[in-house]
Amino acid sequence: MPEFVSLQDVSLNYDVSESSLALSGTTMSIKRGQFAAVVGPSGCGKSSLMKLVTGLKRSTSGTVSVAGNKVNGPLKIVGMAFQNPTLLPWRRLLSNLMLPLEIVQPHRGRLRAHRDEYVERARDLLRTVGLEEFEDRYPWMLSGGMQQRANLCRSLIHEPELLMLDEPFGALDAFTREELWGVLQSIWMTKKFTTILVTHDLREAAYLADVIFVMSARPGRVIATHPVDLPRPRTIETTFDPHFIDIVHKIRNEIAQVRNEGKAAAARTLKAV
Amino acid sequence: MTSRNRRRLEVAFPWIVITVLLVTWQAAVVALDIKPFVLPSPTAIFAAFVENRGPIMQHALFTLTSTMSGFALGVLFGVTLGVVIGSSRLVYVGLYPVLIGFNSIPKVAIVPLLVLWLGIGQPTAIATAFLLSFFPIAVNIATGLATVEPELEDVLLSLGATKADLLFKVGLPRAMPYFFASLKVSITLAFIGAVIAETIASNDGIGYLMLQASSQFRIPLMFAGVFVIAIMGIVTYLIFALIERRMTGWATRGRDMQVASGG
Ligand SMILES: Nc1ncnc2c1ncn2[C@@H]1O[C@H](COP(=O)(O)OP(=O)(O)OP(=O)(O)O)[C@@H](O)[C@H]1O
Ligand SMILES: [Mg+2]
Repeated sequence: MPEFVSLQDVSLNYDVSESSLALSGTTMSIKRGQFAAVVGPSGCGKSSLMKLVTGLKRSTSGTVSVAGNKVNGPLKIVGMAFQNPTLLPWRRLLSNLMLPLEIVQPHRGRLRAHRDEYVERARDLLRTVGLEEFEDRYPWMLSGGMQQRANLCRSLIHEPELLMLDEPFGALDAFTREELWGVLQSIWMTKKFTTILVTHDLREAAYLADVIFVMSARPGRVIATHPVDLPRPRTIETTFDPHFIDIVHKIRNEIAQVRNEGKAAAARTLKAV
Repeated sequence: MTSRNRRRLEVAFPWIVITVLLVTWQAAVVALDIKPFVLPSPTAIFAAFVENRGPIMQHALFTLTSTMSGFALGVLFGVTLGVVIGSSRLVYVGLYPVLIGFNSIPKVAIVPLLVLWLGIGQPTAIATAFLLSFFPIAVNIATGLATVEPELEDVLLSLGATKADLLFKVGLPRAMPYFFASLKVSITLAFIGAVIAETIASNDGIGYLMLQASSQFRIPLMFAGVFVIAIMGIVTYLIFALIERRMTGWATRGRDMQVASGG
């Protein structure tokens, strides 16, 4: 399989006047159709990484490339979903879902003439997440979990080649979250879009991903890569598999260690000052 | 049942307040024997209105035309300015002090200048109404645009959205509740502007009528003018409040819509 997303020795500095880097020497590569997860301590630059890959931010040094092309402006093919669902309160659910179609080519040009076909597509997606009865509701009439399902649908409606998820299930209760893992996995297994998922939940990473990247404390870089070779479709039962528990345990220890190193480094700089 | 009664009371209450106010006023004037040229009674004011209804309505129409023209210009300019300020940080930083400064000037002070440029009459009234009404609209549109969630912007940009897409799909719809709220404020300010200009430099309009009435000591007629302005102000305000409720029910998360439909 060819590689789809690749970062070569990338660093990012938000504030040019300061020498503090958000990312430094990050290298990773993700194959086409692969599901990757990124984990690491808070503030290590995971969200920044997402911005670099989608071209919303330029790297300070190093190269980012997607689908063989160097990224130097916002990509136009990406589906994105964040922890905050950001649905538009003045649009009904169905129309919220169709928003990307009004922007991305070639759908944008075809939408008017082929409206029925696209509405059908949106309804299909709503069905897969169990929201088919709510298409005429406004987002603020839905629960947080329902809004997050809709948000996931919105990021998928234009069948993106690259799906970027930044803690999409972070604000949900454990049961809803696990249910949505299953939903996301089954959509991914049929469409096989390349996915990068940022999460704090190590079980979530191990459940969903083919490969997990562990990042160090700020300035972030990849310190370990764990392939997850558990068979699919994975279920909640899989999470009790000794091999699964092993992977989660190992990553947990790595993050605990980099957090401690990060704290020690911060303490040293404090003392130096 | 109780909630329906409460709703009825809510509808009736403004009328009760106005009636009580007028009755107290009338009683006070009669009981204390206040002279009409100091404070005329409501009945005397009404009599003056009936007696002069022809000219009053004519002048009122004139004021209404000036107000609405100035207001329409204010909306056009205010929206444009708001969009420009709200979409560019640089323009925002550059223009904000100028705008604040401009808004601090009492507009009465500008009317003589406007007379110099536009002469005595309707153009000056329209210009004054315009100058008072555009500012709240511009500020509110700009606020609406500037408070779009950055995450939503990221989502749309990574879909290949242009600046225009962001403006029309997200920015402007988001700014609508702010916009309609500002219309209510602006229409009232436009009335004030038009009447101020008419009292200073006009031969028509309610402002002129009141100035004339005052110089002739026809105090009841003056008060009739005040009432006509107030009523026009209330009616236009209510119209815009109604439009606001219709257009932006989502901003109040449907609370108003429920009241309107559920009763
Ligand atoms: N817009 C910005 N301007 C300046 N610094 C920023 C900006 N955004 C993030 N940073 C800094 O970059 C570092 C990485 O931030 P980032 O949001 O990528 O972390 P994260 O790994 O996503 O954290 P979390 O897990 O808490 O979401 C942080 O130390 C943060 O202070
Ligand atoms: Mg983050």
